[in-house]
Amino acid sequence: MDTPVKKKLKVATASLAGCFGCHTSFLDIDERLLTLLEYIEFDRSPLTDIKEVSPDCDIGIIEGGVCNAENVHVLREYRKNCKVLIAIGACAYNGNIPVYRNQFPLPVVLEEVYHTGPGLANGLIPNDPELPLPLNKVHPIHEVVKVDYTIPGCPPSGDAIWKFLTDLLAGREPELGHGLLRYD
Amino acid sequence: MSDTFTLDGKTISFTEGQTIMQAATDAGVYIPHLCYLPELKPHGSCKLCTVKINGRETSSCTMRAAAGMVVESDTEEINSQRRALIHMLFVEGNHLCPTCEVSGNCKLQATAYHLGFMSPQFDHFFPIRRVDASHPDIWLDFNRCILCSLCVQASRDVDGKNVFGLSGRGIKSRLIVNSKSGKLADTDMAVTDKAAQVCPVGVILKKRTAFKTPIGERTYDKKPISEVPDTPAKER
Repeated sequence: MDTPVKKKLKVATASLAGCFGCHTSFLDIDERLLTLLEYIEFDRSPLTDIKEVSPDCDIGIIEGGVCNAENVHVLREYRKNCKVLIAIGACAYNGNIPVYRNQFPLPVVLEEVYHTGPGLANGLIPNDPELPLPLNKVHPIHEVVKVDYTIPGCPPSGDAIWKFLTDLLAGREPELGHGLLRYD
Repeated sequence: MSDTFTLDGKTISFTEGQTIMQAATDAGVYIPHLCYLPELKPHGSCKLCTVKINGRETSSCTMRAAAGMVVESDTEEINSQRRALIHMLFVEGNHLCPTCEVSGNCKLQATAYHLGFMSPQFDHFFPIRRVDASHPDIWLDFNRCILCSLCVQASRDVDGKNVFGLSGRGIKSRLIVNSKSGKLADTDMAVTDKAAQVCPVGVILKKRTAFKTPIGERTYDKKPISEVPDTPAKER
């Protein structure tokens, strides 16, 4: 029989239609990051600049909602390759600030941003094929893929992220008590 | 004379005519609720305060206590139903806590925290709702309305003004302002009215008062809602 090898869990992270505030908050776990690195290694993430998600990722952490075609592609790639997918922060689970555009038709938004807004020269709506196409509406990520857990907050505090991840790594159902469970 | 019933195994005394909610509150036991305020007539709308009495579910804010009742409230079964109700309230409106000035003082949010509600998983409706900033001292953000109707009741029964009403049926129900234009400015509502103090969420807001309390010092930052006695929003 093979001897079980203590393998570090692979963690991939991404920021979609978010502000990187949740990633910044993740770094707020400060020196506990070193402890965390005894148990995990980062795969694709803004922290590593790895461009593809490994097919055997254990945990995917997604910040931000889905507002364009590239977000959908990236999100599906994470879901496909990660055993557990976690939504981090309000944008990921309810769309948050970006969903304010959902009350206007997309052409009206683009028109105002590039043509009719005050102080604009007579510009063009960008149409470079390199640019991902915006979706008609902004969506929380659970409307596109199955999400296993969420860490609420805008952003969740470093302490909340630490509590959540250490619960998860220890095999406990993650639980955030008073003060750590926050939607703002 | 005082009689008793049991609530989650704890003996609670009550006086004749008290509801289960009133008796529990007097005994310092919290039952989650959104549309109940001690000073207004209970109407059992939000269903958050549903408890099981001798095995049958009913609203504890409207049910009179009776001697020997066996009442269950803080059970996983009932709390999971409460989370489902909260869940639906969150996705039916536009509840974006980070941008809301009532965040930290909001009963919907604090009740969700109490119940350990992590995040919505249903599809959001993202309804298109308007904002009414016509009144000089009060503005209304209908995006956050949960149709508790406390403002309707307070305006009608306490202020004697009948400023608010609920209109429509089912999912189309909405809060309306009772003036010809539909604007708050065309009513006789004043910022000192009871109706301006009772909103459990962030619909009825006083102008020029937003974000005065820093994060960390807001009502439910300091204590969970289960430890904060019911007070009008003004004092929260």
